[in-house]
Amino acid sequence: MVSLRVYIARRILLSIPMIFILLGVVFLVMRVAGDPVSAILGGHAPREQIERIKEQLGLNKPLIFQFFDYLWQLLHGDLGRSLIWGQRPVLDEILEHFPATLELSICSFIISIFIGIFTGVYSARRYNKPVDHSIGLYGIVTYALFIPWIGLILQLIFAVYLGWLPTSLRIDTLMEPQTITGLYVLDSILTLNTPSLVSSVRHLILPSITLGIYLSGIFTRLTRTHMLEVLEGDFIRAARARGLPERTVIYKHALKNAFIPILTMMGLQFAMLLAGAILTETTFSWPGMGTFLAERILYRDFTTVQGTIVFFAFLIVIVSLVIDIIYVYIDPRIRY
Amino acid sequence: MASRLSISRLIVSRLRKLSPRRGIEYCFTLIGFMIIALIVSMALLAPFIAPYDPIKKVGELLESPNTRFIMGTDGIGRDIFSRIIYGSRIVMCVTLLSMTLSFLIGVSFGLLSGYVGGKLDSIFSLLMDSMYAFPGLILAIAIAFMLGPGILTTSISLTVVYIPTYFRMVRGHVLSVKESLFIEAARAVGAKGKTIVFKYIFPNVIPSLPIVLSLNAADAVLTLAALTFLGLGIPAPTPEWGADLRTGHFYLASKIWWPSTFPGLMIVLLTLGFSLFGEGLNEILSPRLREGV
Repeated sequence: MVSLRVYIARRILLSIPMIFILLGVVFLVMRVAGDPVSAILGGHAPREQIERIKEQLGLNKPLIFQFFDYLWQLLHGDLGRSLIWGQRPVLDEILEHFPATLELSICSFIISIFIGIFTGVYSARRYNKPVDHSIGLYGIVTYALFIPWIGLILQLIFAVYLGWLPTSLRIDTLMEPQTITGLYVLDSILTLNTPSLVSSVRHLILPSITLGIYLSGIFTRLTRTHMLEVLEGDFIRAARARGLPERTVIYKHALKNAFIPILTMMGLQFAMLLAGAILTETTFSWPGMGTFLAERILYRDFTTVQGTIVFFAFLIVIVSLVIDIIYVYIDPRIRY
Repeated sequence: MASRLSISRLIVSRLRKLSPRRGIEYCFTLIGFMIIALIVSMALLAPFIAPYDPIKKVGELLESPNTRFIMGTDGIGRDIFSRIIYGSRIVMCVTLLSMTLSFLIGVSFGLLSGYVGGKLDSIFSLLMDSMYAFPGLILAIAIAFMLGPGILTTSISLTVVYIPTYFRMVRGHVLSVKESLFIEAARAVGAKGKTIVFKYIFPNVIPSLPIVLSLNAADAVLTLAALTFLGLGIPAPTPEWGADLRTGHFYLASKIWWPSTFPGLMIVLLTLGFSLFGEGLNEILSPRLREGV
């Protein structure tokens, strides 16, 4: 039995090689899969311009030196400078757009968990009944939904035809709350700014429902599978025998136990969440990392695209670390 | 006579085995198969079904759906119905190409890595696992950005995304089978490595392949649409659903819904076809894999 602290320390150390490998994969893709210069200039360009770009990005050195340069810069928190406009540091621009993505992700995650757990539990309780089958179909259909298309249908109904909600952006112009966390909803609450709060919530509803629906399917299926497993258990029969109300048995005893595997899957769904956020943001012109990345791809801004992808790699490693640590706290049976 | 009787008896016994839950799974598989067949035949017969040239201006700009253009026209007067029919060719082409490539590469590396073991296996596994941890769409974005637009380059970027899936699956199978008695027996009678891998190990993987292929195809359709929706991948005049959804999306605010809704619907339909087919097969063929994918 190893103590919790040792486990956490070891888990943190383990994520270091993982970061290096992911960074290596990104580096390989961005240098070997294609020529950065032609990615920037788009093929036909005068020779001196090519040389200038190579010089500026250090692309005239051997590949292995380029890799060490790249790692060295990353160690100093330097993701390079953007190739367009003010040539701002990429990290500054990313941090500027990150809170928007975070806000959207949190909201849609909450929505998807609510939908997923309720439909999953309901489906498990009505095992093999028509409701169960239709919820099963829902699980498959949500997976097949193309995010921009769900977004489009929601925009069409609730924004264009009914006019209830806005189609794009995070907040009405000149309504931004004073920046504390960068999350507009939270900032508006902290500064007691009601008009900003209303405006930001109104903007948040459609994008987070879009992403939430997409993510909910997998939680529905997971909750159903694990609930079916748990409901077979002796302790459930014991709880029922003691005459506990069905609601208590289901939500307090069964769901609590089914929740552990669901939680691990939440961590794995993070990759899906990130990819989904990129598409949702582009659909709703939500000024987060996804819209930012899509916009810079069109400008062929190589360093920014590379920097954003590196940032995503870091996020993935950190999230899997955090999930693993939470996992140990929740389930004391797991100690390595 | 006797043989006919036994066949009918066999059929009856098979039918009895169909529990209601199974029945629904067969239904899913059949519907999925019909959707796929419909879109594949659309792609094959495109020049005969499509009423107009998909990249020429044939009507007024942004005509709403009417008797001449059943899905209306887009921002430069092209027939959306024809573009959708021709778009199925691109999707099918890219999906088929990337599935085949990633299957061949992933399976052969998986067999090799699992069978040889040792350092080679650790290096391959480490690389594949880290690629697997990366969100497929982001990896595809990076590769498509570097390779530039085109059908082949887009297929390559999707291929890279799905190699780890096959690699991990096949490697796992190889490891679980490698130590079993029949492999040892084959080795004892002097079978060569190649024979063991292809004749004794590989057939064990085959049953789960249609499921994985079908579910991966569903994912590939979505990833392709996502790439083109972001403006990567297939260059402009070519009819492609994701790209058409992107251009159509600009007109949404003026209540012009047809240029974007129909291509999006096709993406969803095809993905749904592949996932229904895969999920249905999954339940029918291997109930124990239920949680696997």
